[in-house]
Amino acid sequence: MAGALNRALADALEADPTVLVFGEDVGPLGGVFRVTDGLAARFGDARVFDTPLAEAGIVGTAIGMAMNGLRPVVEMQFDAFAYPAFEQITSHLAKMRNRTRGRVGLPVVIRVPYGGGIGGVEHHCDSSEAYYTHTPGLRVVTPGTPDDAYRLLRDAIDSPDPVIFLEPKRRYWTKGELSTDPFAFDRALVRRPGRDVTLIAYGPMVATALETAAAAEEEGWDVEVVDLRTLAPFDDETVCASVVKTGRAVVVHEAPGFGGYGAEVAARVTERCFHHLHAPVLRVTGFDIPYPPPKLEEHHLPSVDRVLDAIARLQWDDEVVVHRA
Amino acid sequence: MARTRVPERTLLPGEEPLSLLREDGTPVDDAPLAMPDDDVLVELHRRMVIGRRFDTQATALTRQGRLAVYPSSRGQEACEVGAVLALREQDWLFPTYRDSVALVTRGVDPAGTLTLLQGGWHLGYDPYEHRVGPQCTPLATNTLHAVGFAHAARLKGEDTAALVFVGDGATSEGDTHEALNFAGVWRAPVVFLVQNNGYAISVPMSKQNAAPSLAHKGIGYGVPSVLVDGNDVAAVYAVVREALHAGGPTLIEARTYRIEAHTNADDASRYRDAAEVAAWLDRDPVDRIETYLTSRGLLDQARREAVAAEAERFAAWTRAQLNTDVVPDPDELFEHVYATRPAHLRAQAASLREELA
Ligand SMILES: Cc1ncc(C[n+]2csc(CCOP(=O)(O)OP(=O)(O)O)c2C)c(N)n1
Repeated sequence: MAGALNRALADALEADPTVLVFGEDVGPLGGVFRVTDGLAARFGDARVFDTPLAEAGIVGTAIGMAMNGLRPVVEMQFDAFAYPAFEQITSHLAKMRNRTRGRVGLPVVIRVPYGGGIGGVEHHCDSSEAYYTHTPGLRVVTPGTPDDAYRLLRDAIDSPDPVIFLEPKRRYWTKGELSTDPFAFDRALVRRPGRDVTLIAYGPMVATALETAAAAEEEGWDVEVVDLRTLAPFDDETVCASVVKTGRAVVVHEAPGFGGYGAEVAARVTERCFHHLHAPVLRVTGFDIPYPPPKLEEHHLPSVDRVLDAIARLQWDDEVVVHRA
Repeated sequence: MARTRVPERTLLPGEEPLSLLREDGTPVDDAPLAMPDDDVLVELHRRMVIGRRFDTQATALTRQGRLAVYPSSRGQEACEVGAVLALREQDWLFPTYRDSVALVTRGVDPAGTLTLLQGGWHLGYDPYEHRVGPQCTPLATNTLHAVGFAHAARLKGEDTAALVFVGDGATSEGDTHEALNFAGVWRAPVVFLVQNNGYAISVPMSKQNAAPSLAHKGIGYGVPSVLVDGNDVAAVYAVVREALHAGGPTLIEARTYRIEAHTNADDASRYRDAAEVAAWLDRDPVDRIETYLTSRGLLDQARREAVAAEAERFAAWTRAQLNTDVVPDPDELFEHVYATRPAHLRAQAASLREELA
């Protein structure tokens, strides 16, 4: 996936001379995850460059550059280190088009490696999507596969609106073919068709959901997996079509469940598909705790077993009733 | 105005604010910068008088309930007008909520300038038409926008500089420091003009800053810094003009004073005494340039009356533009959130329309 992102950046830099890539260590080093590897050498340090260590500075100057006709693609080194830039993101990046009645749009992409599962110490593993999806004016997208990583990033860079681009860092090393699908942006995708249950996942949990679906097959459950890809704005159509078909849904994410993104998904599905539901929409999420130390993260992160367990709980109206202790 | 090349520009501000006109309106001998041309001085005076009249009018409109809030810049006209008239046409201004006089000086009409404070919408003018960013309410965030804008101009090979206004209190915010640092590293053509008007709402400079001056904050970032008398319009103009041509960043602290309260909602008597205000009234920036121009024969009674009449016409125009109740279209709530309306906003707009039908 890191390679797909690198290719997307290179192709975008090639295609449009107003595209710039900058942030901390993105130049000669190629970023701490090597997503920008080789770009500075190829495109020069006027277009791909290291900045001082200052996240508000990176986003704030990107805003000024976008006002002046450029398309900055900036990197926040890790999820929790984007927080110093939060004010620039929420007060200016997200609102500039609205404040200026459409006169000033900000085509800025903020790439944020997010989530856990890589044995990182604290402040390196947050899932911060709810902060961003709660902010009108931002598009929030996250790829679950290498092909989506390429397509979504190209779409994000082309977008006239600012995009928070969340990269599931535990999937950077996932391999796969690059897509020719031109419509990743704004559309959820049915990654695996099924009849009995819809698993709604995104980013790092797409792979977990697919694994769960394979395992569920052995239990006789035909599981459909919907990959949201774009978290905001939300693709109600694709999600509801799936839930109407299956009548059961589980939302899966790494972030704490309380006040989390899954609550929004569950509420939307309930409001729109209530009469088709055979069971309440369930969430399988991280615990409501600060991200744990690496030696305990496996307990926190949603596992295949935990998702399978949720699927079992959804069968309450059938013969198979599974009770949890 | 000869200028030493960028690397040799001194980083250290002077101990005393740089001035071209003394408080009594007489010119300073051996000033390090040349006095602006006569026609510039005459224009600076005219725009200050108009600006002040506009400011009083806006305060009056607030009392009449026409504006939701108004942060007056009375007493700061030399900064507002001097810095803005120093801009070349292609340069950009990044103002704050306090800088309405700067906006009208840049050519934004009264209605456009006051739309934000009136509550009609967040912005009432086209930034690209006037080369003026939206008036910024979060403190110091505009400094980074100015640096990014100026750096982009440099990358595009354009000869454009950015001027950003920031208050004394806002220099304590992290963004000011990040912006100075970026500007220093990138050598971005940006001028930071700190209007040190003594107070951040109620907090005085003594509780805000321990450095010898706010201009000293540039040194650590390699940004040449200047301390200027903010009530001397000739000096503000000359210093800003020079900085805009410097080809790199400059931090300017302009010492001035806020004569009115922070906004109409503030009670300034709780944190400062009348004697202090009176002392600053004696150092009025408009009086100072008037005295000088009169002594030079550039301002006589007839011209004074003509300028006052023009200021009255500007105030009348302001009243006329503001005397109607604005009823913004509720449908605009859903406009410009994104480049095109997504499904959920189309649905919400439809339900509001139905509710209002
Ligand atoms: C980030 C932020 N914190 C707090 C405020 C509330 N606030 C508005 S103006 C102000 C004082 C600013 O003082 P100064 O920078 O000296 O500018 P002045 O108002 O004197 O022009 C404060 C605290 C704000 N607008 N933004």
